[in-house]
Amino acid sequence: MLMPLVNMTDPSATTSGQRNDIYAVLLHRVAQSRDRLAFAELFDHFAPRVKSFMMRKGCNAEQAEDLVQEAMIAVWTKAALFSTDRGSVSTWIFTIARNLWIDRLRREKSQLYTDLEDFDAPDGATGAEENLGRSQEDNYVAQALEQIPVEQRELLILSFVEDVPQSEIAQRLNIPLGTVKSRMRLGYQRMRKLLETVT
Amino acid sequence: MKIAHHLDDATLVGFAAGTLAPAHSIVASAHMALCPQCRATLHKAEAIGGGILADQAPTAVSQTLRAATLASLEGLPVSAPKKPSAPLKAGALPDVLVRALGVTSLDQIKWHRKLPGVAIYDVPLPKGTKAKLKLLALEKGRAMPDHGHGGEELTLVLKGSYSDKFGKFTAGDVADLAEDVEHQPIVDSDETCICLISFDVPAKFKSIWARLAQPFSGM
Repeated sequence: MLMPLVNMTDPSATTSGQRNDIYAVLLHRVAQSRDRLAFAELFDHFAPRVKSFMMRKGCNAEQAEDLVQEAMIAVWTKAALFSTDRGSVSTWIFTIARNLWIDRLRREKSQLYTDLEDFDAPDGATGAEENLGRSQEDNYVAQALEQIPVEQRELLILSFVEDVPQSEIAQRLNIPLGTVKSRMRLGYQRMRKLLETVT
Repeated sequence: MKIAHHLDDATLVGFAAGTLAPAHSIVASAHMALCPQCRATLHKAEAIGGGILADQAPTAVSQTLRAATLASLEGLPVSAPKKPSAPLKAGALPDVLVRALGVTSLDQIKWHRKLPGVAIYDVPLPKGTKAKLKLLALEKGRAMPDHGHGGEELTLVLKGSYSDKFGKFTAGDVADLAEDVEHQPIVDSDETCICLISFDVPAKFKSIWARLAQPFSGM
C-alpha cells in the first residue's frame, strides 16, 4: 500500500533536507512501479518551478506550460535513468528542462548531453535505495549563492537562468571575456567549497 | 586513455547552463566523452542549476495542464534502466563526432589541402551560429593555429600530438586557454596530428589559412 510521502501533517517531513530525499523516493516509485500518485506529487512540486524557470528565460505562460508538460512526461518515461550518483532530483529535472530548452529554441541537439549521461548511467552495483539519502545540495545552493561575491553570483544567474553566453555577458557588462571567465571559475569553485562543507 | 589537459571550469559551467555555442559544445562534449574527471565537474556544475530550479518561486500551472499531463501517461513507453556505456576504445570517435562529422572514422574525412603538411575539413553547423568548427590535420613540425583572437577557442586532439609551453597534448587532451595566452603549439608526433578546433569569429578575424601559413609568427 503506497501512501503519499509528502505528508504535510508531519512536521518532521518539512525540513528541506528530508523533503529533498522524499523526491528521490517518489521518483524511485515511479521507476519501480509506475506509481501515478508519486508522479502527481512530483508534478505538483516541480511543474510550477519549471514553469517559473522557463518564464525567466523569456517564455510566455503558454510556451512555458508546453515545456513543463514535456519535461514532466520525460520525468515519467525516464525515471529509471535517474541516478543519485549524478545529483539530486531537482538537478536531474534541471538537465531535462535545459535539454528541452536547447532543442526548442536553438538548433543545437541536446543529444550532446544525453550521450554523456550514458557513460555515467546508474550502476547496478550501487542500489538506488542506498543512494536515496544522498543529496541535500539543492537546499544549500540558494544559501551558498547569497554567500559568494555579488559579481560572481550575477554571472551564475545570467548563465543558468537567463541563458546568456559568456561572450555576451562580457559585452553587456563591458568587461573582457577573460574577466567573465575568471569570475565564473571563482564563483563555481566557491560554490563547490560552500556546498561541500554542508553536505 | 590518460587525459592531462582538461576543460576550464568556466567552460564546464557554460556547458552545464547550456550557453556554449554549438561549435564549442561539440568539442566540450567530445572531450567529456573521453574524460570522467570533466564529466564529474559537469555534474557538480549542473547541481547549481538544480539548486536554482529548486529555489524558484512556484508559478501555478493550469489545472488542464495537470490533468492533460496525467492523462497522457497511459501507455507511454518508458525507458528501462541502462548499464553505463563502456569507456571509448583508443582511436574510437565519440558519438557526438560521428554525428557532427558524418563519418565513423577519421579515415573517411574529405580533407581540403591548401598548404604542404596541412589539411582542413570545415564541419557543417546549423546556420546562424557564430562560432566555427574545423578539423585540422597537421604533419610533424607544423604549428597549430594560435589563440589570442579575442574569443573562445577550444582545441581537442583526436590523433597524434603537439607540444607547447603548457606541455604535450595527446589524443583526448583539450586546450582551453585564456584568450590572451601566447604560445606556439608544434606538432611533434610522427603520425599526422588531427585536432578539432572551435573558435569564435571576431570582427578582426584572420582566416585560419593565414594563421597556419605563418606558423612561427607568435600571433
